[in-house]
Amino acid sequence: MTNHAPPAGLRSDQMFINFGPQHPSTHGVLRIALTVEGEVVVKGDPDIGYLHRGMEKLFEARTYSQGLMLTDRFDYISAMHNNLGYCLAVERLAGIQAPLRAQYLRVLVAELNRIASHLVFFGTFAVDMGAFTPFLYAFREREMIMDLFEELCGGRLLYTYMRFGGVSADLPAGWAGKCTEFLNFFEPRLKEYDTLLSGNPIFKSRTEGVGVISAERAVSWGLSGPILRASGVNYDVRKNDPYCVYDKLDFKAVVLQNGSCWDRYYCRMLEMGESLKISRQCLAALASAELTPGEIVAKGVPKMFKAAPGQAYAHVEASRGDLGFYAVSDGGMNPFRMHVRGPSFINVAILQEMLGGCKIADVVAILGSLDIVLGEVDR
Amino acid sequence: MTEETIKPLSEPVYNHAHGRLLLPGTRYWPTDMWKSPWSLPTYRRGAAVLAGLITGGAAAAWFVGEIGPRLAPLYAAAEAFALSHDIPAFWISVVWTFIKGAILLLAPLVNALFAVWWERKISAHIQSRLGPMYVGWWHGALQTLADGIKLFLKEDIIPDCADKLVHTLAPIVVVIPAIIVFAPVPFGSGLVFADIDIGTVYVFAVGGVSVMGIIMAGWSSGNKFSLLGGLRSAAQLVSYELPRTFAVLPVIMLAGTLNIAEIASSQAGYWGGFVPRWFIFYPVVGQVAFIVFLIASVAETNRVPFDIPEAESELVAGFNTEYSGMKFALFFLSEFAYVLLSCLLMASFFFGGGAAPLPFLDFLPSWAWFLSKTLLLMFCFLWFRWTFPRFRVDRLMDFNWKFLLPVSLLNIAAGGLLIWLIS
Repeated sequence: MTNHAPPAGLRSDQMFINFGPQHPSTHGVLRIALTVEGEVVVKGDPDIGYLHRGMEKLFEARTYSQGLMLTDRFDYISAMHNNLGYCLAVERLAGIQAPLRAQYLRVLVAELNRIASHLVFFGTFAVDMGAFTPFLYAFREREMIMDLFEELCGGRLLYTYMRFGGVSADLPAGWAGKCTEFLNFFEPRLKEYDTLLSGNPIFKSRTEGVGVISAERAVSWGLSGPILRASGVNYDVRKNDPYCVYDKLDFKAVVLQNGSCWDRYYCRMLEMGESLKISRQCLAALASAELTPGEIVAKGVPKMFKAAPGQAYAHVEASRGDLGFYAVSDGGMNPFRMHVRGPSFINVAILQEMLGGCKIADVVAILGSLDIVLGEVDR
Repeated sequence: MTEETIKPLSEPVYNHAHGRLLLPGTRYWPTDMWKSPWSLPTYRRGAAVLAGLITGGAAAAWFVGEIGPRLAPLYAAAEAFALSHDIPAFWISVVWTFIKGAILLLAPLVNALFAVWWERKISAHIQSRLGPMYVGWWHGALQTLADGIKLFLKEDIIPDCADKLVHTLAPIVVVIPAIIVFAPVPFGSGLVFADIDIGTVYVFAVGGVSVMGIIMAGWSSGNKFSLLGGLRSAAQLVSYELPRTFAVLPVIMLAGTLNIAEIASSQAGYWGGFVPRWFIFYPVVGQVAFIVFLIASVAETNRVPFDIPEAESELVAGFNTEYSGMKFALFFLSEFAYVLLSCLLMASFFFGGGAAPLPFLDFLPSWAWFLSKTLLLMFCFLWFRWTFPRFRVDRLMDFNWKFLLPVSLLNIAAGGLLIWLIS
């Protein structure tokens, strides 16, 4: 900069910054092409594709059950939801029905994974805001969920726990007690987080009124998940199109009104509380007499099968929003086409509209509050 | 090292209560899983060690006693020695000054060695970790030394598009004021390197020069993040100088002097026999001045929640993004030197310098009280760092110009009113 003339076409009072792909707060390999005037952003263009692995094409070269491990690698922070969505789509395509106990198990691990995923958001968002301590608190708690999952299915990050028509393993002995212990431990932690971060005046001044998304804009950009609900739109796949046993469980979709960074943050914090409630209900149901011992996987589902020609769509409420799988079969061993609606990919698009006119520090706040996972954006 | 000298690690055992492999005797960190922390032998032992350290330190301080008053006889003895051996007295004063200078140079270095380790331990315990545990004999006590050696040995990288002269000069411009600024600051009664009457003005004037170095670092690195960091720090440090200086004015008015050592000694004595006559206990004026000074000091030292010049989540590392090795270490050194300076100044201005908090405690020498007050204040700095999020740059400016500055100005008027009421 000191020895080079500015590139042609760039006004000398404006500065062009490559914000990423190697940057501490882009949460992966997102690149934002920022044009700034001093501290104020004139224009910001998100640039994706640094992690593209051609997942949707890879599905077509694999059998249905081989495709399962690919789904782990989309949103690796909440892999259970990816497993679940894919399994639901394939089950719908092949006409498989999972037994009730398996459905409760699926909901239980999905909600625990939602807590783990939101904890990662809580920690990284705090780091983006300059507070390092909540990050380690969040990872301390997440570690316990990782331990629970490790005991359940062997994986700590990429689980491949679901199977077509059920799950791969039942709860090990003593697991439910440990899980209850974790839930009891975690419930007061949520209050602790509120006193540490949510109510902090500096944190509020950084996030309240910053990056506001109105309900209309949120809907027209196709946002989903906590981002959409923080803008006041009551849409939750678990409520609006219930899958598994969500229609039998007592919980509410968290809806906040203002749509600012703070609302998106707090929506996730409240959702963790709801997930806690759902997990407790699932544990109680799994311990009940009519479900123990119960089938955990549907009988007679072969490892390799051909689905009848046709198409099926299933979507789940993943940690980051509405995750959809659209499977098309031509009657062969492999899916003819597998389309994935990744919530992070759609949520990140609104970034280009939000960044103009905000401060550089707000770029970090907005990006952090959208909580994207680049593995899912690029696939 | 032979095999026998290596202490074998005990095998991790599966702990059923926690569902994980744990070394025997390892603490599982989530704190409220303990019935009571005092039921743990490690906790009791730690408390005993801490109490022992404090008692031992106090005993040692009592044994050593006051150092300041012994220096004048020592200097007189040296002069007498010079007279008897036909050495001009001028040389004695030169050697005396050099020795004082060497100690002055050592103060920020020793401080950085200690404070970095202490910060890492405090941050670790705030975050339910252990922090450095291996280097040194006790709780990673020599960790900073090892890090310092590492930084010495690292390659010094100057980016291709950097302005090489300014890039090299910047850390020097930052660190030299950070060392010489300690000259008029007392470390105890009589322990001042240069007992000058405009000490307060000198400290703020010399301390302000370091901003130049930070701007130079930001501009010369040839990195846009560095440039933004440099610009931010220029705006921030210059702005926060004002309330910081204004906050001290009531203290100067009450003490009637600019000499820092005299300001400290003017707070000796007790109201009603037990409330110390420290400036922080002057109603309203003292507390407001202290809080404004504390906030502005945190901002001046570029620490959380005011660390926007080096905000790592926004500007990667701000003005020192392109610095490595010893040059980076110099920035680090000066940051901790300024933390120490701020704490020493606060101890002198508001906490009575070397005065004991209660009359019966004055058997300890003044330097021990000075040190303990400084360390307590430094703990606050580290505590803030690991608790608060970071301000946004425009909110930071608003906070300074629209809140701190008017408050500190009003406080000067209130200080005048207080003096009128007292007299």
